Amino acid sequence: MARFPFSAIVGQDEMKQALLIAAVDPSVGGVMVFGDRGTGKSTAARALASLMPPLMAADGCPYGASKEDQARYPDVCGQGKLVKRPVPFVDMPLGATEDRVIGSLDLERALRSGEKAFEPGLLAKAHRGFLYIDEINLLEDHLVDLLLDVAASGENVVEREGLSVRHPAKFVLIGSGNPEEGELRPQLLDRFGLSVEVRTPKDIEVRIEIMRLVAANEADPKGFAERWAGEDEKILKKIARGKAKLPKLEPGPEVLRDAAELCLAVGADGLRGELTLMRAARALAALEGAKAVTRKHLIAIAPSALRHRLRRDVLDETGSTVRITRAIEELFG
Amino acid sequence: MNSADAADPLDEAVRAARLFALAPKLFGGMVLRGSSPARDALVAALGEAVTLRRMPGHIDDERLLGGIDLAASLAAGKPIRQKGLIEEAAEGVLIAAMAERMDGAIAGRLAQARDESQSALVLLDDAREADEAPPVSLTERLAFPCDLSASRRWEEVELAPAHGSLAAVAPLDDKALKAIAATAEMLGVDSIRAMIFAGEAARGLAALDGRDAVTEADLAGAVRLVLAPRATRLPPEEADDTEEPAPDDQQEPPPPPPEGSGDNAEERDDEQQDQQQQEPDLSELLVDAAKAAIPADLLAQLAQGKAPRRSGASGTGQKRKAATRGKPLGARPGMPRGGAKLALIDSLRAAVPWQQVRRREVDAGDDSPILMRREDLRIRRFEERAARVTIFAVDASGSAAAARLSEAKGAVELMLAQAYVTRSEVALVAFRGSTAELLLPPTRSLTRARRSLTELPGGGGTPLAMGLNAARECAEAVIARGRSAALVILTDGRANIAADGAPGRAQAREDAEAAARAIYACGIDALVVDISARPGPEGAALANAMGGRFLALPRADAKMLQAAINAAQPARAA
Repeated sequence: MARFPFSAIVGQDEMKQALLIAAVDPSVGGVMVFGDRGTGKSTAARALASLMPPLMAADGCPYGASKEDQARYPDVCGQGKLVKRPVPFVDMPLGATEDRVIGSLDLERALRSGEKAFEPGLLAKAHRGFLYIDEINLLEDHLVDLLLDVAASGENVVEREGLSVRHPAKFVLIGSGNPEEGELRPQLLDRFGLSVEVRTPKDIEVRIEIMRLVAANEADPKGFAERWAGEDEKILKKIARGKAKLPKLEPGPEVLRDAAELCLAVGADGLRGELTLMRAARALAALEGAKAVTRKHLIAIAPSALRHRLRRDVLDETGSTVRITRAIEELFG
Repeated sequence: MNSADAADPLDEAVRAARLFALAPKLFGGMVLRGSSPARDALVAALGEAVTLRRMPGHIDDERLLGGIDLAASLAAGKPIRQKGLIEEAAEGVLIAAMAERMDGAIAGRLAQARDESQSALVLLDDAREADEAPPVSLTERLAFPCDLSASRRWEEVELAPAHGSLAAVAPLDDKALKAIAATAEMLGVDSIRAMIFAGEAARGLAALDGRDAVTEADLAGAVRLVLAPRATRLPPEEADDTEEPAPDDQQEPPPPPPEGSGDNAEERDDEQQDQQQQEPDLSELLVDAAKAAIPADLLAQLAQGKAPRRSGASGTGQKRKAATRGKPLGARPGMPRGGAKLALIDSLRAAVPWQQVRRREVDAGDDSPILMRREDLRIRRFEERAARVTIFAVDASGSAAAARLSEAKGAVELMLAQAYVTRSEVALVAFRGSTAELLLPPTRSLTRARRSLTELPGGGGTPLAMGLNAARECAEAVIARGRSAALVILTDGRANIAADGAPGRAQAREDAEAAARAIYACGIDALVVDISARPGPEGAALANAMGGRFLALPRADAKMLQAAINAAQPARAA
């Protein structure tokens, strides 16, 4: 299936912004997308992955190891020459078994040649790319546990079936789910740097526009892609520029103070919220090519960085987003 | 909020880590609570001092304890043993992330290894709620529980090397031993292990400073690190004791580290001198040190007379062995039929030791790489947590609810908020007028539950029998799907609509009793909560008929109601 160009996605600006931030600075953490089905969540994630410039990865390495990986994990990543390969995008099926996710003993080789070989799983495939989990709230608990562990440590440790393997598994976790169908454990939410809420566009003109674009893509994927190539190229440049700019941007003390005050005002638990808010504001500034990180960037990204970290008060009907915007108004006017 | 130089929990944790690195096997390990940047920094520093080996939560017994190396055995034609992780990490330290989710069986194996002094462990505890915690069997065996969730640090830390060795420090004298024992007693720490850890920690603190004798400051430090976090009660207050700090201003800095050995103790002496002129009792000093170090949340709980958090997630359903889905458990002998899946690797592993014997039995012509027999076959087992469903039957009639409906709704919402952490589900049955309906089928969704609650109107007669029957049917459906169900019925018990919808008090009461007995016959856990302003005898009678419990809460608000229901809920997974 041809991938839909990222730049051709209509609306959903918050989601696109969050994905671009994750692309500029993966250390911000993953993106959690709340919302209905059919709002372009997986399309956007997929489109972003295919938009990214190819990686330099060890030839024949199932993990797509970088040079640093080769130095750190010499036994699993080999010494293969670096070749170009596309940024991986792994779509994790809900019914995936533990074996499939973490990898397992390659039985065929064990039986045929008595060789103990590891057959890498989805986590290996997702290294340096995106791991997309649709309806993450329906994922079985034990899978959530292992994902949390790997997402936090950037490494998959397998100790089973007689195997003892450690391999790099750093990825941008993109989850989507509908809060109507069950809540997520707070530990899991915390692992997502940003969260966004998407809604089906209600404007009839916008809906027609989307249908027109999708139809055009289906009729002539190649031509469609070519038509949007220029726009996609612009986004790609923006990401590349942002990445280059990122190390030079350091939020000043007043921005740090703003971040701390805002987190305190909305009651976001833990220091992680503050750190993410700062990192995300910095990535946004880099993405926009700004000279410095300012309060404006902080405010723009605050709902995404904080809304999933607020302590829940069930008797308070006010949504998280409203609480954050209200706090911003009170603090910064 | 915090001034920059206020003491941070990280400081104490760094001291604990230095002690641990001094003698990992002796101290057993650390429990680092709270997923914070400070904890990441501490783990990184610890990794410099000792070899950390990560243990994934999905490790199997074969890899933990060692077993047959399948591939090597097949290649060699004879069983070849492989070391397990515990053995491999014998010189280092195992580290387990998300220890609050650790499987009981794995915890048991590790505890055993601990008892044989084979391993040292660091547990990372990410628990958020009161009923999540790492297995007690393990935490009990690790000397240092450190709570870093409130730490405001994120910069790197370093574990300064010790100036001396533990062997050079003299054993504790009787006075010191007695003081530790008395302190443990006052804090309600029953375990002897904790006392031993505290004693060794005091010696360790002396060793860190390169001294050969233990000072009072060392003892106080050890009590703070080992005993204070384990407190199960607050030490008894002296009659004329100074005001204790309130639980909420517990951000108070613990006394400074013992570098300037002795200062600390002297300061405390000064404080006490106006109270008593003679030499202060050592154990009093230690208790004071402990009190200042009890973590804020624990202190708050203790002050309310509650027991500290425990693992064993109440509210989650019981664990069941399942054949087809859930978290994989070990395999067991059996035939792969009826949905059971073949555990290929375990089957092969079972066959390996017999290969030489079998080769001799069969013709030499058989060149299959492995000779399998029926008895080798293993099937997989999975653990499925039977979701627990709490079914609320809410009386929305005019008599019971008009004034109290909002409290009932609030309590249901609070229970549900809890449910998303304990992974239990909630269903809602409402009865009023001449109908009872299942407003909300079993769900975990807060959003849906809130909506259906908001839409729930009140007023009309009390078709209690209908409500009970609807609740029972819902419970039966839940049980039929292999989950456990509990009923919470909020009513005043004053039925006035019969099971067939006809008004009439006598018939209604009779029908309600029959419905209650049906619940009893099904063996469903039930709790009747009477929240009407003037509770009568009807509620208790109803509870009695269904073999359940009864609570009268005439003036409770939603929060109190939820707390009471929680406390009284029958058959908690205990």
